[in-house]
Amino acid sequence: MTVTKTEQNGCFSFEIEGRVDTITAPELEKEIRDCTDKAESIVLDFAKVEYISSAGLRVLLFAHKTMAKKGGLTIKNVNSDIVEIFEVTGFSDILNIQ
Amino acid sequence: MKRLEINAEVSNLAAVSAFVDEQLEAADCSMKSQMQIDLAIEEIFVNIASYAYAPGKGKAVISVDISEDRTASIIFEDSGVPYDPLAKEDPDITLSAQERTVGGLGIFMVKKSMDDMKYEYSEGKNILTLVKKL
Repeated sequence: MTVTKTEQNGCFSFEIEGRVDTITAPELEKEIRDCTDKAESIVLDFAKVEYISSAGLRVLLFAHKTMAKKGGLTIKNVNSDIVEIFEVTGFSDILNIQ
Repeated sequence: MKRLEINAEVSNLAAVSAFVDEQLEAADCSMKSQMQIDLAIEEIFVNIASYAYAPGKGKAVISVDISEDRTASIIFEDSGVPYDPLAKEDPDITLSAQERTVGGLGIFMVKKSMDDMKYEYSEGKNILTLVKKL
């Protein structure tokens, strides 16, 4: 997994590439945790995410809960296999997916 | 039937996935099925690595069989504490974000994506079989 972070007017965007699994999820969590104080909102670009496990979902839930008090968390460009994972787990009802 | 015996440690997850993926690729498995199986492997193997022998260490054995009618059976064995992951109650996926936790979600995802799952405890071993039609 690689994460590319950009910031514009308090909106932090993370372009994530590869697998968000047990091994890599802590790294994503750290990247997000490092900016939740400063960020008004967070956008995760999932265009290049191939795979997400429950360890990755745990990070999304943490980010969603943390940002709910501010401008929120948005996830965009999610592919159909990952949309299915969000649907099965009920995450599609919780997360703001574009 | 191909068999891999490996230390039950989270750091071996990639090796376990690679071992199973190799069999799936040889059977020309679809990307979608492969992803669902990878997900199942991760949830099950990480569970074994985290809890089966804690605080000690032990081995896990993963076997893969793909039948002529293209049904994959993936069997996980460990000699740790008896634990039936199928007995765990499904999480309430209708709760709001603030009420949600991720506990139990992994095994729930596995149940939803596999065609069948069986658990038995036999001769001191946990034996969990995942079945997926390719």
